[in-house]
Amino acid sequence: MRIAPKYTQRIAIALLGGATLLTLLVLLFIILFVLEKGLPAVTWQFLSQAPRDMGRSGGIFPVIVGTFLLPLLAIAIALPLGVGTAVYLTEYTRETRLTRVIRFGTDCLAGIPSIIFGLFGFIFFVVILGFGWSLLSGGLTLALMILPTIIRTTEEAIRAVPNTFREVSFSLGATRWETVLHVVLPNALPGIATGIMLSLGRSIGETAAVIFTAGSALRMPTSVYDSVRTMAVHFYLLAREGISNENAYGTAAVLILAVLGVNLTAYWIMNRFVGRHT
Amino acid sequence: MKWNSETIVRQVLTVIAFSSIAGLLLIALFILKEGLPFILKIGPQAFLLNSNWDPANGHYGIYPMIVASIWITLGAMLVGAPLGVAGAIFLNEFVPKPAMRVIKPTLELLAGIPSVVFGFIGVMVLAPLIRAYLGGPGLSLLAGALILGIMILPTVISISTDAIAAVPASYREGALALGATRWQAVHMVILKAARSGILASIILAMGRAVGETMAVIMVAGNAVKIPHGPLDSVRTLTANIALEMGYATGLHRQALFATGVVLFIFIMILNSLAGLVLRKKVRRS
Repeated sequence: MRIAPKYTQRIAIALLGGATLLTLLVLLFIILFVLEKGLPAVTWQFLSQAPRDMGRSGGIFPVIVGTFLLPLLAIAIALPLGVGTAVYLTEYTRETRLTRVIRFGTDCLAGIPSIIFGLFGFIFFVVILGFGWSLLSGGLTLALMILPTIIRTTEEAIRAVPNTFREVSFSLGATRWETVLHVVLPNALPGIATGIMLSLGRSIGETAAVIFTAGSALRMPTSVYDSVRTMAVHFYLLAREGISNENAYGTAAVLILAVLGVNLTAYWIMNRFVGRHT
Repeated sequence: MKWNSETIVRQVLTVIAFSSIAGLLLIALFILKEGLPFILKIGPQAFLLNSNWDPANGHYGIYPMIVASIWITLGAMLVGAPLGVAGAIFLNEFVPKPAMRVIKPTLELLAGIPSVVFGFIGVMVLAPLIRAYLGGPGLSLLAGALILGIMILPTVISISTDAIAAVPASYREGALALGATRWQAVHMVILKAARSGILASIILAMGRAVGETMAVIMVAGNAVKIPHGPLDSVRTLTANIALEMGYATGLHRQALFATGVVLFIFIMILNSLAGLVLRKKVRRS
């Protein structure tokens, strides 16, 4: 017996819609569950005080500072490198076998699990170079981790700048670098900013690459050689060691809000400024 | 003068470009340099196919971890791939555009939930449920696969959605003009055209699942043994590195790098597969 197409369509829509609804509900459940359990613990004291007794009580202020310092350091390292590389690849070379190899390499590294970066950072920066568990080791490790993303997004942003812009600039007598600096980069800026925000979001939530390179000290860092603890690491340690579920939920709530805030900003930048020229 | 600064800029950019590439290459070479000699020394067979992992007594077999990583990834795909692809189809074809504008960003925001949070939900909600209704320790292959399956959903949906959206509108219109229902147009025309993009999204999600560490450490139980069923506690390759990296020295540390090499190879294979699938599509069209 054949079922009329009208009915197979209804069945298909019901199944697909059910699957979609299930997906959204599960993901929303996770966020709401954490916020519901965590937000009651989030008070001004919680945000502004230092942790006491390994985080069993007190707040998470130094952890919040660490959470933002570490990715900022990583971006400060990766941004010039990534943008420079992208400008070189798009504006200063022709598409050759070499650029294809470079692109394949960055693509492969973009897929490498963060634990591999953690392993590398731990042995290379922490042990061999002797930076110890520190802001510096963690920042360098994260910088390598986000470098492929920054190169990729910057390249795409630069490619999206119409060629006529460059031609006009050249016809006015500008050199290649003047064109890049005054025409290409300003127009690619929103795309680059989106890449930065996405890298920031990823770094804030990162645990595996950070815990073995930046360490887990609860003190306020005073130099790049000090160990810091990020919210993701703090949450992981509180939850795993069973130190304090209440503070773990509180930290997770702040962490989720921070990541969502950063990602929302990335979205806003992308929708507001990107694609104006296309 | 101008000519001079132009040359300098070019030199500087060349140096920058090659140092980023060198930095990234350094990681790959470093892992290989630390890991490969170890594999060659104890022999690939003793490393890959032996089930005895006991670094204190010089036994370095990672076979159980390889099996666990493969099973947990396949399990995650079993959960994540059908749900994700179904979601992508539904969102593209059967949801009005204004609703899409809200749902798509929401999904991509959800992709940003840190993996430790997923892991924690697994420990607090999923593992007790499994323990209560299915038995076993709760922290298990099943819990790991379910959590990973949920984690990769946004990746699968987002890339599949792009693949489906890239199908030319004329294909759909042609099918509809021939009297097909929307669903017939979808599964007879659009899905065939978007096949390689969807496949690539699944392969890339597999890469993410193989490489995931923190969530898996928290929910999979971490026992080094070959699983006999989905309710057994398992340890993946990534978990093995993360759990023992802090105190490993000498040969033990090299063994962890060698584990990293195996992981690396898994990811390279998956990435090349995804690339191959996508390239085929480009050549066809």
